[in-house]
Amino acid sequence: MSSGNMNLTLKIWRQKNASTAGKLITYQVADISPDMSFLEMIDVLNEQLIQKGEEPVAFDHDCREGICGMCSLYINGRPHGPKYGITTCQLHMRSFNHGDTIIIEPWRAKAFPVVKDLVVDRSAFDRIIAKGGFISVNTGSAKDANNIPIPKQNADEAFEAAACIGCGACVAACANGSAMLFVSAKVSQLTLLPQGKPERKERVLNMVGQMDAEGFGNCSNTGACEAECPKGISIENIARMNREFLVASLTKKEPKNSGGGAM
Amino acid sequence: MSGNKGLLKSSVAKKVVMGLTGLFLITFLIVHAGVNALVFLNDGGQAYLKAASFMGTNPLIRAMEIVLVLGLLIHIIDGIMITAQNRKARPIAYHGKGASANSTWYSRSMGILGLLLLLFLIIHSAHFWIPNRSNQFATGHEIDLYERMKFIFSHIWVVGIYVGGCIALAFHLLHGFKSAFQSLGLNHSKYNPMIKTVGMLFAILCPLLFALMPISMYFGFIQ
Ligand code: FES
Repeated sequence: MSSGNMNLTLKIWRQKNASTAGKLITYQVADISPDMSFLEMIDVLNEQLIQKGEEPVAFDHDCREGICGMCSLYINGRPHGPKYGITTCQLHMRSFNHGDTIIIEPWRAKAFPVVKDLVVDRSAFDRIIAKGGFISVNTGSAKDANNIPIPKQNADEAFEAAACIGCGACVAACANGSAMLFVSAKVSQLTLLPQGKPERKERVLNMVGQMDAEGFGNCSNTGACEAECPKGISIENIARMNREFLVASLTKKEPKNSGGGAM
Repeated sequence: MSGNKGLLKSSVAKKVVMGLTGLFLITFLIVHAGVNALVFLNDGGQAYLKAASFMGTNPLIRAMEIVLVLGLLIHIIDGIMITAQNRKARPIAYHGKGASANSTWYSRSMGILGLLLLLFLIIHSAHFWIPNRSNQFATGHEIDLYERMKFIFSHIWVVGIYVGGCIALAFHLLHGFKSAFQSLGLNHSKYNPMIKTVGMLFAILCPLLFALMPISMYFGFIQ
């Protein structure tokens, strides 16, 4: 395969920390195997930089199996690069050609401040989850199958929503920097299941409230999030969240503080 | 967070308001296009003038006109608020450009298209609506809108502006129509294809009908 190895020009966003301005710096890498993953290619670059005594490029990664959602990177104008339905760790260098110039940037959103270089702080997502992405009932040990009847369709839709790995590609892809796809997936996953019903109204109100407070933009239904989501989460979830939010806003009563209950 | 406060300020509510006012403005477009299409009867504007004077004098329709202006204002103000917030949500722009791989340019340009439509609307109302209403106010009579149309559309550059306005409208509707349903939470695999088809047909046919009026008048297809 060595004949297929390639030389590439990389333009990588370097930024010291959140409070300093960053800029694109050009690097060359040579003899990159088409079988390498994109992250391995950056590993090669970092080896070079370390050998030269320069600061390596900071980037996020963890499982490198496409399941954790930790890797990010906005590659040539697209989150996770030129392919659909994969994370950056699952992107291989065979998707590029010898002599290509590749622009590598961090997720850009006010709510995702740059920590360093290509690493952004995605804890805004954690704070949204903390506002309602859970159920506060003790579910005990595993129940017998079919103990709680759940329509097959609901189970499937909840499962599809639960596939979200919280990587933030939806925010990165969105022209408006909106987090609607992420939040709607989390809302849908719980709202579709019986265990999520008791907190259904507070959940959507609180999670949307936190999403807005974090400074994410407003969805304008471009569908870019759905197209770029590595897990194929549908914007049907956003429509569901809009419905849930409307109903909850219009019908929620103030709590009476009478104690008891799952909430 | 109390539910009602959240409803007024939230990002979801802004989308819903955008969708509702958008659909309302679409109903206006239907009526407007329907009345104007009467010029194609080529009867010297008789049927058109009858319909137009009904629209201009019927008290119920005049009251709806106020609602229409309000709806338009809310749509514009909501749009400005949304655009301003969205700008803030991404303070540093991307260098790499690849958005065409995940979304249509017009879905990402609703604000710009809306601005073009607003500019067109100002010109358009200065041509017809404002002179007509001020004449009604001053003399109690409407102006001969058909004669005015023939006069206004005798200039090629005006026809150009109108056709440009219709193109902007077409793209605004191409995204706006189906987007309104999504914002209202009306997304269902059973109805989505219908919403998409109807939206696309409307986005093409309605502006086309509008554009054909100045074109036909300029070239004298309508006398
Ligand atoms: S590193 Fe875990 S998904 Fe890419």
